[in-house]
Amino acid sequence: MRVVIAEDLFLLRDGLTRMLQAHGLEITAAVDNGADLLAAVAAQAPDVAIVDVRLPPTFTDEGIRAALAARNTAPGLPVLVLSQYVEQLYARELLASGSGGIGYLLKDRVFDSAQFVDAVRRVAGGGTAMDPEVIARLLARNTGNASIGALSPREREVLALMAEGRSNAAIAQRLVITERAVAKHTASIFGKLNLQPSDDDNRRVLAVLAYLEA
Amino acid sequence: MSGETTDTPSSTETPATGDAWQVPWASIRDRARKGVAAAGHGLAFSGLALSGLVLSLLMLALILVGPGLIAYTSVPGHTHGRTAGLLALPAFVLGLFLASRLLLVIRQPASLTRRLSGPWCGVPIAEPYLPHPRTGGRKAGPGRRLAWLLTDPATWRDLLWAMVNGCVGLFLAILPTGLLVLGFLGVVAPYAAGYFRVLTVTAAVLGLWAAPSLMRGYGYLAQSMLAPTQQAELALRVRHLAETRTEALDTGAAEIRRIERDLHDGAQARLVAMGMTLDAAGQIIDTNPEAARALLFEARDASVKALAELRALVRGIHPPVLADRGLADAIQALSLDTPQRIHLASDLHGRPPAPVESAAYFAVSELLANVTKHAEARETWIDIRCTDGMLRIGVTDNGHGGADPAHGSGLRGIERRLAAFDGVLAISSPLGGPTAVTMEIPCELSLPKTSSC
Repeated sequence: MRVVIAEDLFLLRDGLTRMLQAHGLEITAAVDNGADLLAAVAAQAPDVAIVDVRLPPTFTDEGIRAALAARNTAPGLPVLVLSQYVEQLYARELLASGSGGIGYLLKDRVFDSAQFVDAVRRVAGGGTAMDPEVIARLLARNTGNASIGALSPREREVLALMAEGRSNAAIAQRLVITERAVAKHTASIFGKLNLQPSDDDNRRVLAVLAYLEA
Repeated sequence: MSGETTDTPSSTETPATGDAWQVPWASIRDRARKGVAAAGHGLAFSGLALSGLVLSLLMLALILVGPGLIAYTSVPGHTHGRTAGLLALPAFVLGLFLASRLLLVIRQPASLTRRLSGPWCGVPIAEPYLPHPRTGGRKAGPGRRLAWLLTDPATWRDLLWAMVNGCVGLFLAILPTGLLVLGFLGVVAPYAAGYFRVLTVTAAVLGLWAAPSLMRGYGYLAQSMLAPTQQAELALRVRHLAETRTEALDTGAAEIRRIERDLHDGAQARLVAMGMTLDAAGQIIDTNPEAARALLFEARDASVKALAELRALVRGIHPPVLADRGLADAIQALSLDTPQRIHLASDLHGRPPAPVESAAYFAVSELLANVTKHAEARETWIDIRCTDGMLRIGVTDNGHGGADPAHGSGLRGIERRLAAFDGVLAISSPLGGPTAVTMEIPCELSLPKTSSC
C-alpha cells in the first residue's frame, strides 16, 4: 500500500513514517506543507494520504483545506486527517467531501500502532475512520433523543463503534461477541432509529453519522 | 384637532385633467398626528422649564436673604436694624445650606429633560454629572458632597439652563400649543370677524406643521447646555477606562493563575508520573519483562490522559476553531457540541480583532452554557452581525426565562469582560421566557473579502 504523509513537525513525520513502514506500508512521500502534498498526490497517485490539520504557512486549518483540495482534484482519494484536537465542524466538512475513504483521528491514536494501521487500511479501502471522541460528542449531543434513549447499553456501544466506521467483524472482536450477535444488534439499532438497513459497511456508517448530526 | 387640519391645505390644486393627483390623506394625517404629539411634548417640556425656573429663582432668593438683611440694616435710622443685623448671619448660612440642597433638586427637571430629549426631540443627551463621591464604599460627608456639587461644571450649566429655558425654551416649547389654542379660540369665539378666524386657524395649522421642527430646535438648545462638556466627557471616559482596565487586569491575572494551577495539577503531574513509571519499567525490564511491558502500557495511557487534559486546557484558553476560522465558525462548532438545537445566522465579512473575537466567543459560550443549565430551552437563536463599527450578537432561547444578572456571577462576568472593550450587554428575560441577550462591542473588521463594515 502506497502512502503520502503531510506533517510539518519533523519528529512526528519521521515517527509516522517508521511506524507505517514497520507495518509493511510503503511511504512514497513525506512532505511538510499543503502545496507539496497536492503535488505529491498528483505525481504519485497514492492509495491514501495522511494529513496533519495544522500546516504552514497559516498553521490553522491548512491541512483540512489541503485534504479537501486533494479530494477535489483526485476524486475518491482516501484521506486520513490527523489533529491534536477533533472538531465536529471539520468532521462534517470532511464527510461531506465525498462518500467514503475519509478518516479523522486524534494524533494520540498513533500510540496504538495496530489500531492506527487498521484505520489507515480501512480508509485506504474506501471506509471511514472517525475518532471515538467525535462520536462520543455526537452521542452526548443526542442524549435527549428518544430513539437513542430506547437503545440498550450494548446497542449504544455497537452504535458508537459502527459510527467510528468499524466493520461487524471488528466490532465483534472488540466487544468479544460473535459476528452474528453484532448483526442482530445492528439490525435492532437500525429498526429503532428507523434507518434503511444496508449491507455495505460504508453506506451504513454514513447513514448513522447523518442521523446523529441531524 | 387633527380633524380641522386635514380639511384645510390640500383640495385647492386639483389638476383639470382629472384623477392623476390624489389628496395625500395618509401623509397629512401622519403629519397632523406628529404635530399633536410634538405639541404635547412641548407642553410637558414647558412644565419642566417652569419648575426649573421656579427652583432656581427660589435658590437665588435663599442666597440673597442674608445680604438682603445686611443691606436692610445699613439703611440709616431704621428701628429694627439691630435685630435684622443679628439675624443676617444665621439667615445667610441657612440660606446657603438650603440653596445647596436645592442644587440637587434642580438636577431633577434637567435630568428629565435629558432623558426625554432623545425620544421626543430626536436629540439624545448624555448625563454629564461627576460620579458620587464615595469613601470606601460609604457615602461621603456633607462637606465633600458640597464640594463635589460645586466643582462639577454641570451644576452651573444646569443653573444657566434653568434661566435660559425659563424664557427662550419656555417660549419655544409652548408655542405650538399656544397657536393651537389660538386657532381653537378663533373658531369658537362667537362674534369674531371672518379674517380673524382665517388668521387664527392658519396660525394653528402652521403651529401644528412646525411643531416637530420646533421640538427638534428645543432639543438642540437643551443639548447646547445640558450635554456634557468635552472636558466632562473626557473625565468620565478616563474614569471608565481606569475601572475597566483594573478589571481586565484582574481577570487576566486570575486566568493565568487558573492555567498555572491546571498545568501543575494536570499535565505536569502526569508527566512526572510517566517518567517514574518509565524508570520503573527500565529497572525491571531484564528481570521481569512481562511486568515492564505492563508499566510501559501504563505510561502510554498516562500520556493519552495528559494530552486530553492539555486539549481541554487549550480549548479554554483559545479554541482551535476560533484561531483557524474566526468567530462564526467557532460558534458553529460550539453549537455542534450543545444539546439544544441552535439556529445560527451570521453576517460577518472579515474578522474582528483577536481579543474582541475571543471575548465575544467566550461570552456566547457562557450564555449557551447558561441556557443549557438553567433555561430548559429546546431551541436557541444566535445572530451575529457587524454594522457601523459595532459587533452585535443576539442570543435568544425559548426557555422559561427569569434570568437575572444580579444573581449568579455568569452574566456579571460577561458584562465585565465586555466592558474592557467598551462592550455592553442587555438582557430581557421575563418569567416564562423567552430570554433575549444582546451584546454590542465596538470593533472594526480586518481584511474583509470585499465589503466594508
